Amino acid sequence: MITEPIGAAVRRGGGVARVTGDQQFIADIRLDRMLHVKLVHIDCGHARIVSIDTSAAQAARGVVGVFTAADLPSPMPRFGPVYSDRPILAIGATKYHGQPVGAVVAETKEAAEAAAELIRVEHEVLPGVYSIEAALDPKSPLVQEPDLRPDDPRRDTNVLNELHFGWGDVDHAKADIVVDNVYEFPMVTHFAIEPHAFIAAPEDDGVVVWTPTQNPFQMQRIIAQVLGLPVAKVRVRAPDPGGAFGGKQHPKYEPLVALLALRTGRPVRLLLTLEETFQEVRRTSCRIRARTGFQSDGTISFQDIESDFLMGAYADIAERVIAKSNYLACGPYRVPAARVVVRALFSHTTPSTAFRGFGTPQVSWAHESQLDDAAWRSGIDRVEIRLRNLARKGEPFVPGDTPADGDWAESVRKAADAIGWGTPLAKGRGRGLAVAVKASATTGASYSIVRLHWDGSATVLAGTSDMGQGARTVLAQVAAHELGIPVEWVSVVMGDTAAVPFDLQTSASRSTVFMGQAVADACHDIKAQLEQMASELGLEAGVSLVEVLRARFGEVRGEVIGVGSKRSEHLADHPLGGAPSFYEFSCSASEVEVDEGTGDILLVRHVTVADVGKALNPQHVAMQDEGAAVMGLGHTLMEHIVLDDAGRIRNLGALDYRIPTTKDLPLEMHSMTVENADGPGPYGSKGAGEGGLMATAPAVASAVTEATGVVIRDLPLTPERVWTEIQRSRGKDGPTS
Amino acid sequence: MRIHVTVNGSEHDVETEANMTLLDFLRDGLRLTGTKECCAVGECGACTVLVDGRAVNSCLMLTAESDGGEVTTIEGLAAGGKLSVLQDAFLASGAVQCGFCIPGQVVAAHHLLARNPHPTLDEVKEGLSGNLCRCGGYMQICAAVVAAGRANR
Ligand code: FES
Ligand code: FES
Repeated sequence: MITEPIGAAVRRGGGVARVTGDQQFIADIRLDRMLHVKLVHIDCGHARIVSIDTSAAQAARGVVGVFTAADLPSPMPRFGPVYSDRPILAIGATKYHGQPVGAVVAETKEAAEAAAELIRVEHEVLPGVYSIEAALDPKSPLVQEPDLRPDDPRRDTNVLNELHFGWGDVDHAKADIVVDNVYEFPMVTHFAIEPHAFIAAPEDDGVVVWTPTQNPFQMQRIIAQVLGLPVAKVRVRAPDPGGAFGGKQHPKYEPLVALLALRTGRPVRLLLTLEETFQEVRRTSCRIRARTGFQSDGTISFQDIESDFLMGAYADIAERVIAKSNYLACGPYRVPAARVVVRALFSHTTPSTAFRGFGTPQVSWAHESQLDDAAWRSGIDRVEIRLRNLARKGEPFVPGDTPADGDWAESVRKAADAIGWGTPLAKGRGRGLAVAVKASATTGASYSIVRLHWDGSATVLAGTSDMGQGARTVLAQVAAHELGIPVEWVSVVMGDTAAVPFDLQTSASRSTVFMGQAVADACHDIKAQLEQMASELGLEAGVSLVEVLRARFGEVRGEVIGVGSKRSEHLADHPLGGAPSFYEFSCSASEVEVDEGTGDILLVRHVTVADVGKALNPQHVAMQDEGAAVMGLGHTLMEHIVLDDAGRIRNLGALDYRIPTTKDLPLEMHSMTVENADGPGPYGSKGAGEGGLMATAPAVASAVTEATGVVIRDLPLTPERVWTEIQRSRGKDGPTS
Repeated sequence: MRIHVTVNGSEHDVETEANMTLLDFLRDGLRLTGTKECCAVGECGACTVLVDGRAVNSCLMLTAESDGGEVTTIEGLAAGGKLSVLQDAFLASGAVQCGFCIPGQVVAAHHLLARNPHPTLDEVKEGLSGNLCRCGGYMQICAAVVAAGRANR
């Protein structure tokens, strides 16, 4: 008997290597004759580069080459996932703290580091744009050169784009209660425990680049563009990343290392420090003003939202983050009239990029806190007000788009029950509950090849990156189920553009749905071939797959190759270029105890509910959802990047930037799922893995409000901030519940 | 300078730079790359190894300081290629996500169990508080260590 793999807690694919230390991350790979790269930066955000003296470094022992903008092709190649705006090395000026102005290539890491110290960069510190106010101020310097977007009427501003979404007539919508507030969400950084690392080497007449990327095929395309090579001459090898969270989605220093490998004719390696990784990626910070109208019974009558999202010095994928999240800025609710205006602003800071939740934690911070505000004012229960407004399954909550695809109220009830909503609270305690919804993958394509070997075992080829979410396991489960073989007989090969077929990317919780279907499709192809073989050989119906293989292939042996794909085409007239293929819906609930003397928040209990359609591996879903919740506690309670007047990150590195540890865990934490098999993925599954952090902040903040009477609209909820707000509110009316 | 150190049972007599960290010696010198580097300032625990039975952040220790000592790394824990009870518990509990922090977690947990064979959940949380996991698998990691402690009974 084969154990049914779908729905089972199958052990993590690649798990054994991860507990023995055998797992090879980029920094563990050694190539013969490999050179080492050290980047050169200057210590401020925005500066004009006057001159760079590399002579001492060139002459230093072990140095093979020193490269600055002057040594790179002219015009300087620029790249990016959407806009080609990022230069390979800073040219003329630095635009954020840590932008490399040069690279030293040497025989050893130590020699490269020592030589980098010898480079003199004469520079003039310039005033910079480090905040939303500055970005909007017409007197501020321009971050981006206007000639990079000559036809854009906004080229002489720091606004990359202003997006408008909405429907209905907000100005004439009637409301009994209007709540009007401003919310802030800070800059936070991904802090994958694996700092970013890259290797490149010449290979035949092309180049091979090792990078822990989530998107090997996008990387291949962009490196090919920068180097002017055909795609087939660029091979991207992407060993499983040591955590990515969106930070390893788009190219950063890969074009540089590829170029250095071709220039030196040898393998080169660049390992960033954690500090340099902080300077490379972050979440988009924002300020959201939300004016929300409600009827006296708590139903929403309109949403009027205007926000500013602070991107960094280059667009990276930030505009897409802003568009996708703000498309659902009203949350999973039935909203008769909506107006959403959001500006994407450049600043002289680390380019913000994709980060788990892709803007949803930011927008849910506002829409959920707004519902709480209305609930406090009207005396309606905070869970009840959500249930009254949640879109029902099948209801098109964004007019004309994919309707609500889950029983979202079921998730809310489940979370409310688990947190003990409505039961008596101890003194100093409070509870909160919040929801969030994320538009999943829109357009996209995933291909898979499954090879059924002559002995009945199978190899799955998939371009997905397993960065911790366990795609290796789940794809093996799908193949095992479809082929009817034990999951232990399936190997999954990933992370090499020369070996696996095209996949758009590993993002948006799309892999189970898209690649899962591609793998299932490839298995169906195999089964059809086997049936054909069986009938040609005159075998009886119902013979085992191994018997068919043996009968067909005999002593010569062979294999059956299945090809599968899942595509979702671009829709030019859709605001996002395509309708979301599913929604990732999540509910978080928290019970906290606040120490009014210190402002410390103790999480007594925290629960998450994810509507996953069908949990293909419940243990993997739990580890993702709880892991996301822990990460969410970071931006809720402690994380924020602090900049000084010169745009320098003051809390650079693990000493000064705190992320949650075991000591920050809630005393109790549970993750639950809602499974109604109503997703588009295999067996009714939807994507999972981001949900657990999307509503953490509003749930915890709401609990803090109930415990203390103070409302806080800026994150994180540090003890200082909580204590200060409690002091300030003394003598004033707090919210009533 | 010349030092003598035993790593996972093998003796090494080596010349080392005075400023070489134990982490670099293990990773670059001995090619034992199971020990990971993240923060390099003693805050994340990814580089945890045992030196004479103590758990240390090898990024903060000089190789010279281990002279005459015995070092155990993650590679030394699966005796004869067989997973330890603790390693198996990590897999059974779903404690392993990306895996980058895991060698450090396993070594730190191994050390914890050596001192306190049957720890409570709170003791595990305390004992592993120096090991960051950004995948946030702390619940499962702590559960794995508690389970390994129970299994050792
Ligand atoms: S690398 Fe040693 S503690 Fe972080
Ligand atoms: S498993 Fe990814 S950092 Fe711990």
